[in-house]
Amino acid sequence: MNTPYRFRPGQILAHVILLFLAFLFLFPFYVMIVTSVRSPQELFVPQFRWLPQQFTGLQYYIQALTEIPALTFLKNGVIVSGGILLVQLLTAIPCAYALAKFQFRGRDLLFALVLFSLTVPIQAPALPLFLGLNAIGAIDSYFAAMAPFFLSVFAIFLFRQTFRSYPDEIIQAARLDGMPEWAILWTVVVPGCLPSVAAFSVFSVTAHWNDLYWPMVVIRSTDLMTPPLGLSFFADSESGANYGALMATATILTAPLMLGFLLAQRHFVRGITMTGVK
Amino acid sequence: MPADLSLHAPKAQPGRLGAVLPPRIAYGLAAPAVLLLVATVIAPILVMIALSFTDYRFGEAGLRWTGLGNYLQLLDDRTFKRALWNTFAYVAMVAPASVLLGLFLAVLIDALDRGQRFYRLVFFLPVTATLVAMAMVWKYLLHGTIGPFNLMLQSLGLPSLDVFGDRDLALAGLAAINVWSLAGFNMVLFSAGLTGVPQDLYDAAAMDGMDSRLDRFLNVTLPLLGPTTLFAVVTSTITAFKVFDTVAVVTRGGPRGSTDVLLYTTYLEGFSYFRMGSAAAMTVVFLAIMMVFAWIQARVLDRKVHY
Repeated sequence: MNTPYRFRPGQILAHVILLFLAFLFLFPFYVMIVTSVRSPQELFVPQFRWLPQQFTGLQYYIQALTEIPALTFLKNGVIVSGGILLVQLLTAIPCAYALAKFQFRGRDLLFALVLFSLTVPIQAPALPLFLGLNAIGAIDSYFAAMAPFFLSVFAIFLFRQTFRSYPDEIIQAARLDGMPEWAILWTVVVPGCLPSVAAFSVFSVTAHWNDLYWPMVVIRSTDLMTPPLGLSFFADSESGANYGALMATATILTAPLMLGFLLAQRHFVRGITMTGVK
Repeated sequence: MPADLSLHAPKAQPGRLGAVLPPRIAYGLAAPAVLLLVATVIAPILVMIALSFTDYRFGEAGLRWTGLGNYLQLLDDRTFKRALWNTFAYVAMVAPASVLLGLFLAVLIDALDRGQRFYRLVFFLPVTATLVAMAMVWKYLLHGTIGPFNLMLQSLGLPSLDVFGDRDLALAGLAAINVWSLAGFNMVLFSAGLTGVPQDLYDAAAMDGMDSRLDRFLNVTLPLLGPTTLFAVVTSTITAFKVFDTVAVVTRGGPRGSTDVLLYTTYLEGFSYFRMGSAAAMTVVFLAIMMVFAWIQARVLDRKVHY
């Protein structure tokens, strides 16, 4: 309770410093939102005002949703990051279970490959992946945006750790009941390890929702663009610097993850920081 | 978190209750992942390394083996060398600043009687925000004429700064965005480290006559945070080394190459100019550096576990 360096004047000083820093940290968010409801003329007046002189209402949000296909970008973000997560869970969980609870030839080699792959960022296999996807005519498709991430070695690594501490006795009892191994895994083991699944899901969705690099390599048509790619595409095509619409779009595309974070802080903090390994 | 990463958990003993399962079940479980591992990581990396010894250009039918030609060219390539230099300069700004700021925030917040949750929430917010969107906001914020930052400088009677238009400032401007988006991450690492410092140690230090907070911080807290600090430094270094989004969105390597960084240059070489051979050689250099960082990280984690 009583850490030695806690006393009143110090408390106040700490709050003053932290409030100042908190202000700096939040300022970009404030600017994003205030600019999205401000008339364009105001932006070119050489004075910063905290509040819009003339409130434009939801004009730019409507523009973002109708003229700029912000909803399409959102939908693509959901499809791509959701699809990636689904396949990752379906493939990594059984593999992690095999690594954690079975003895088989090649197990150590497989685990060594997993550890090696943990250190390989997407940019390393990018050129051949692009050439391969191009060879099968898959460039500019959801499949191309998702395929390189279908396997998450991080998921294998994480779930292997989790499954190892899952009690063998329960698995053994289910085996004696005659349950097939896949049913034991999906109906007994996985439901007992949901916090890990949740943490990994947050990590995966955040990473792929925010990824710019790979969609930039394989996506060409506006219809298929994920939020970051769509936003940067829109910023480039809009030469007249329509800041209001740009900021409204940025707000809309950032909102889902921010809301998720505000609603499930624990899961987010855990999901994002456990990835120090990546 | 870091503790989750221990590689030294006790060995599972699947046979211990007498059941013997045929290994083909295990192979069946692992097969889809193994196939994907080969198809999306192992094979592409081998192909990429092979490509780096050729003059392959995307769209052309043939290719020639050029041996170390691409690598020798990189030694003379001014753009590549500048990109490499910029990347390291960038890391040298981002890693220490984000770690120190994270430590500062964690220590200050840990000492609070109330409001800890609020501050942790605020400082972690930029970590979750979509970096591309926030980079656009920063670009506007630091805009040379209409950016709020400049308007504030002017209202204080100071000269305005065109951060992303100035060769000497652009890289530092990008670094500032990254520090902003990374400090909260390090703060969480340090907060976890701080809760692990036992109260007894502070009491013992007080009995030994360490009266000032600073003394106790330097002699008790900081040494115990040593492993966390190393971990945060390596992780931040890796993150900063992979800088791409902000460059692609805010500066595109400009002005006049001052923000060319390794991944962005490689991206242009491979996917804009389609010189796949030399892009592959750049990627090999990138991967080699990543491997060194990963090796250091593994060493750090090992030490952390045995600490």
